[in-house]
Amino acid sequence: MSTPAPSAFLELRDLRIHFPTEDGLVKSVDGLSFKLERGKTLGIVGESGSGKSVTSLGILGLHKGGRAKISGEIWLDGEELVGASQDHVRTLRGKKMAMIFQDPLSSMHPFYTVGQQIIEAYRIHHDVSKAVARKHAIDMLGRVGIPQPDKRVDSYPHEFSGGMRQRAMIAMALSCDPELLIADEPTTALDVTVQAQILDLMLDLQREFNSALIVITHDLGVVAELSDDILVMYGGKCIEYGTAEDIFYRPEHPYTWGLLGSMPRLDREPTDRLMPIKGTPPSLINVPSGCAFNPRCPYAGRTAGKATTEVPQLLETEGGHLVRCHLPREERRGIWENEIKPMLEGQ
Amino acid sequence: MVAFIVRRVIAAVLMLVIVSVATFAIFFLIPRALGQTPEGMASRYVGRDATPEAIQGAVKRLHLDDPLIVQYGRFAKGIVAGQDYSLGPRKAECPAPCFGFSFNNNQPVWPTLLDRLPATMSLALGAAVVWLVAGVSIGVISALKRGTAVDRAAMTVALAGVSLPIYFTGLVSLSVFAYTLGIFPGGGSYTGLTEDPVMWFQALVLPWVTLAFLYAALYARLTRAGMLETMGEDYIRTARAKGLKERTVVTKHALRATLTPILTIFGLDLGLLLGGAVLTESTFSIPGIGKLVIDAIRGNDLPVVLGVTLFAAFFIVLANLIVDILYAVVDPRVRLS
Repeated sequence: MSTPAPSAFLELRDLRIHFPTEDGLVKSVDGLSFKLERGKTLGIVGESGSGKSVTSLGILGLHKGGRAKISGEIWLDGEELVGASQDHVRTLRGKKMAMIFQDPLSSMHPFYTVGQQIIEAYRIHHDVSKAVARKHAIDMLGRVGIPQPDKRVDSYPHEFSGGMRQRAMIAMALSCDPELLIADEPTTALDVTVQAQILDLMLDLQREFNSALIVITHDLGVVAELSDDILVMYGGKCIEYGTAEDIFYRPEHPYTWGLLGSMPRLDREPTDRLMPIKGTPPSLINVPSGCAFNPRCPYAGRTAGKATTEVPQLLETEGGHLVRCHLPREERRGIWENEIKPMLEGQ
Repeated sequence: MVAFIVRRVIAAVLMLVIVSVATFAIFFLIPRALGQTPEGMASRYVGRDATPEAIQGAVKRLHLDDPLIVQYGRFAKGIVAGQDYSLGPRKAECPAPCFGFSFNNNQPVWPTLLDRLPATMSLALGAAVVWLVAGVSIGVISALKRGTAVDRAAMTVALAGVSLPIYFTGLVSLSVFAYTLGIFPGGGSYTGLTEDPVMWFQALVLPWVTLAFLYAALYARLTRAGMLETMGEDYIRTARAKGLKERTVVTKHALRATLTPILTIFGLDLGLLLGGAVLTESTFSIPGIGKLVIDAIRGNDLPVVLGVTLFAAFFIVLANLIVDILYAVVDPRVRLS
C-alpha cells in the first residue's frame, strides 16, 4: 500500500494518532502531513491539546505504546517508521533523531549525574569505553556553553540552574549528532533572559550539524526567531502552513490571527488590549462538526452555513501557503488587510 | 556528608533517651499516678505470699520510695554503667547494660536478650531476603503487565497475603507441610546455626515463608504502585528517547527510583522485626525475643518486658539511622538538606 519513498528528508503523510479511551476516541493527531529538509527548521504552533506534542512523540515512536492507534506514514531519510519494528525505531532514537524536552528538571533522572546521562546516551549508539564517552560528554557540555564542563560533568541535575539544565539536555540530545532534532517547548520552563540564549544556541548547533529541526511551541515569539516554515495546529489538524513570512505577514486563518493577537508586543501602546481568542480548545473526542474552530471563530457566520456542516480542506492559497478555511480567499485577505493587521499594528 | 551523619547519630541517641523516659514512665510513673503505692509496686518483686516485712525490704532494696526522677536516674545509670543490687543476703552484680533481673528465674535480663537474639535475627533476616526479592519482583512484573491476568492473579494473592494473619497462615502451613506431608519439621524444632546448620535451615523454612508472605504481599503492592508512577515520569520518556532498550529503562532508570522509598520502609520493617517477631515466633515456638516478651508479659515479668521494649526501640532507631544515611547515598538530592 505504501507509496514510494519521498525525496524529502522527513515527510509525514496523513499521520493519525488516536487513543481509545472510556469516553471515546481521542483524535490527538488527525491527518497531518508535512515535509522537512536537512538544515531547515519547522515550527509547530498551537494551544495545549492541539496535538503538537503527540506528533513529535509519534515521530520518535514514543506515543504511549499499546493503546494508541497510529496510521499514515512517517518517512525519515528514505525509511518508513510507522510500519517499522519497534526495535528498529529504537535504534534510530537518540542516534538519527533526538528530542529535547520541555522541563529539563523532570526530564533528567534525579539519581544520575549529568555526565552519566550523556555518557549513557552516547554509549548506546557508540561502542566506546566509558573514558572515551566521558571525554565526549565533557566536550558536548563545553559546546553548549556550560562553564568548567570537566567539573560540571559530575554534577546532578538538581545542582544546575534551569538554563544550564536545558543546555545539558541539549548536549545529551546532540551527543550522537542526530540528523533530526525535535524540541518540545524547549524554552517554556526557562527565565526570559535565558530563553534567547537557548534559542541562539539551538540555531548555532543546527547550523553546525546541519540537522533538521522541529520546534514545538505555543509561543509565536520562539518560532519567529527560529523557523523557516511554520505549521499551525488546531484540534489535531494542520489549519495553516507556510513560510515564517506567510504566517507573520500574510496569515489567512482566523485562528492564526487570534494567535498573533494574543502575542504581547513591545511596539504597541501599553494601553492597547491583547486580543485573546475566545473560548477553549476543542475536545478531541467530540470535535465540533464542520470546521473544528467554528465555535470560536468570529467569521463563522460568513461561510453560508458551511462552517458547521463541512470539514474544510487544507488548500493552497499561493506558493506553498496552505490554509484550511471556508472563507473565500479574497474575503480572508480583505479581513486581514482591513481589520486585523491595522489592529495588530495598534492604529 | 560527615556532618549529616553526625547530626543523624545525635538525633538517634536523643531518640533513645526519649524512648527510655517514655518506657520508664509507662512502667513506673503511670501506676503511681493511678494510686499504686511503693509497697504495691514492690509486692510484684517478692512473690504472692510475701510478708509486709519482705515487701518493705524490697521497697528499700529497690529504692521504690525514692522520687521518680531519682529512680529514673538509677535506671538510666544501670543501663549505661551497670549497677549492683543487694538481693537479700547476697549481692548481685549487674554489669552494664543493666536491665535488672527476671522475676521468674532471677537471671539478668541483658544476657537473656543476647541469648535470644540469634533466633530472632535468623528469622527476620532470612524472611527479609525472601520478601524483598519476591515482593519487588512480583511488583515490577505486575506493573509492567498491568491489567493482564498475571497482574490480577498476583494482586489477588497479594491481597490475601496482607489480609491473612500470621497465626493463620503459620498454623495452616505447619499443619500441611510439617504434620501432614512431613516435609519440614514441626513447631519448636529451632536449632542454633552453629549447632546444626541443616536443622537450623529446615526448621526456619516455614517461618521464613510465613513471615515473608505477609511482607512480600505488602512490598509487591508498594512496588507495583511505585513502578506505575515512575514509569509515567518524564525522565523515563527521556531514557526511551535516547534509544535505550526497554529492559534497561526498567531496571536502570525506573527500578532505581522506585526502590528508594521502598528502602525506607524495608529498614523500618526489619528494625521492627529484630525487636521480636512476636506472632511468628509464638506460632512456631522459636525461642527468640518475641517469644521471650510474650512469656514475660504472661508471667508479669516487668524487668524483661522493660528490657525487650528498650531493646526493640534500639533496633528501630538504629534501622532509622541506617536508612537515613543510605537514603543520602542513594538519592543525591538528600545531601543538600
